[in-house]
Amino acid sequence: MIPYREQKLTEEKVFKDPIHHYIHVRDRVIWDVIGTKEFQRLRRIRQLGTTYLVFHGAEHSRFQHSLGVYEIVRRIVDDVFTGRTEWREEERLVTLCAALLHDLGHGPFSHAFENVFELDHEQYTQAILLGNTEVNEVLSRVAPDFPERVANVIEKTYRDKLVVSLISSQIDADRMDYLQRDSYYTGVSYGHFDMERILRVMRPTEEQAVIKYSGMHAVEDYIMSRYQMYWQVYFHPVSRSAEVILIKILHRARQLYQEGYIFETNPTLFIPFFKERVTVEDYVALDESVLLSSFQLWQREKDAILSDLCTRFINRRLFQYAEFDPATEYQKFGKLQKLFERAGLDPTYYLVTDSSSDLPYDFYRTGEENERIPIHLQMPDGTLQELSRKSEIVEAISGKRRTDHKIYYPEDVLRRGAETNPHYAAILQLIGEK
Amino acid sequence: MLQDHAKLVQFIRKATEVRGRKKLQKMIYIAKRCGVPFNEKYHLHMYGPYSEELTCRIEELCELGFLEEALEDKGSYVVYRYEATTSGLEFAEAFTDEQFIPEALIESMQSKSSRFLELVSTLYYFDELSKEAQIEKVKIVKNKLNYTDEEFEEAFTYMGELANIIQ
Repeated sequence: MIPYREQKLTEEKVFKDPIHHYIHVRDRVIWDVIGTKEFQRLRRIRQLGTTYLVFHGAEHSRFQHSLGVYEIVRRIVDDVFTGRTEWREEERLVTLCAALLHDLGHGPFSHAFENVFELDHEQYTQAILLGNTEVNEVLSRVAPDFPERVANVIEKTYRDKLVVSLISSQIDADRMDYLQRDSYYTGVSYGHFDMERILRVMRPTEEQAVIKYSGMHAVEDYIMSRYQMYWQVYFHPVSRSAEVILIKILHRARQLYQEGYIFETNPTLFIPFFKERVTVEDYVALDESVLLSSFQLWQREKDAILSDLCTRFINRRLFQYAEFDPATEYQKFGKLQKLFERAGLDPTYYLVTDSSSDLPYDFYRTGEENERIPIHLQMPDGTLQELSRKSEIVEAISGKRRTDHKIYYPEDVLRRGAETNPHYAAILQLIGEK
Repeated sequence: MLQDHAKLVQFIRKATEVRGRKKLQKMIYIAKRCGVPFNEKYHLHMYGPYSEELTCRIEELCELGFLEEALEDKGSYVVYRYEATTSGLEFAEAFTDEQFIPEALIESMQSKSSRFLELVSTLYYFDELSKEAQIEKVKIVKNKLNYTDEEFEEAFTYMGELANIIQ
């Protein structure tokens, strides 16, 4: 009998996909992993969190993205690396599984959720892979140590660093898929680059996948896409406003629970998170449909802050934003906090600063002090050169800093009440002052 | 959020200066693992725990004029040096209590090399594992650094000392 790890489906299965046209599955293991409940849960986690409130097309899920990363890696190993001496064919299956499962531990609205509950999706990915789960059951059928091997690739502690670099490096399948996918679904014209060319010029080395020098311009395009997508999509101020409210809802709900507040409907699925005792089972039980249903219900809660924040999120009545320069205005922020208190608006929930470092930019880092591994170009003589040393475009943008700071506040409430409440008027005046 | 920025300025002020981006990354991580309330998120990279959030925050602080960054060219490599500015100190005092981090902890880390702190921080990253498994993981992640058995022992001893400093 053919070992499970080598079993192929009798007919190739394909998923129609707007980015890669078709996603091809021949391996029985991959097909079985896709069918597990933990992987299917990713259908209910949006790839871009709150961005759909700005770019209405951005409803795509981590399920789609995970399949996309798998497909890119499959093409690299089956079409580009196969037969090359630096590539070890026995690493194929573990590489494909790691590609497919690299985002398995993402929670609902993952950035905000992780922020509030101090969780780490990478740790939950490990926990799901190694715990009593359907994914673990499928992977264990390959070999008892196979789930751990997949987990090690995702943790970046796998012995074969070339395998790790395909899933996680500054030019990996993860980024190549999400840039194109996010661009497609948001409808923006940034984010495009010639992936076909990059795949053709990608070469395996002992430590990482490198790019032939002749492919440098395609890589420049990829780096520029990252830069533009960050400022135009990922760090869009309105999307940040929605995330600010989301974070505050979760903080408020947790605080109320911890203070003994009695909810109209018991927030059963949240309780392990409020108590900070979360099992893998608790974790996978939460998805974005659960959060949104809860927010719907919490609109009717007696607590005015929780009710208001949920109504804002559900109906897209977001906070207004204003530019904020901490270098000259941090004292103004202190004054604003006091004014909010006097006005009866709790500044913990209604006055928020947000900086670009709160959503860290996945900027290309040249790793001058070896703090990160850079992208390497393989020169015609076989030597490796860091990308920015050869590319003036990359050198220009990697040496250039751009930062951003804003404050978020409920302008609608302040404007409505400004005529009758002098504190509201004072707040608006202070925010407007430069 | 400004508190997170202010804590970093306060940390660098108390250290007088920090030489090296890598050293700064590892010092903040170790301090965090010792219970100092830094909120920067870390992930494992090829060179050990690394925080993109910290990198971005330091860039912001330099842009705001709260930190000064100087590049030291050492010929075959470069090192970035960070110091708090006068306006940075005023900002830090407005948002943090300078007692939030024990001075002895900073002094102790300052006296160690970047290579050693890289080892210690990576051991901390795997501290839920047994000692043997921790060493095994570090040897895989940092196969090129060839840490010796003595260095591992020294690192474990140092981690014990840090626990005492924090108490």
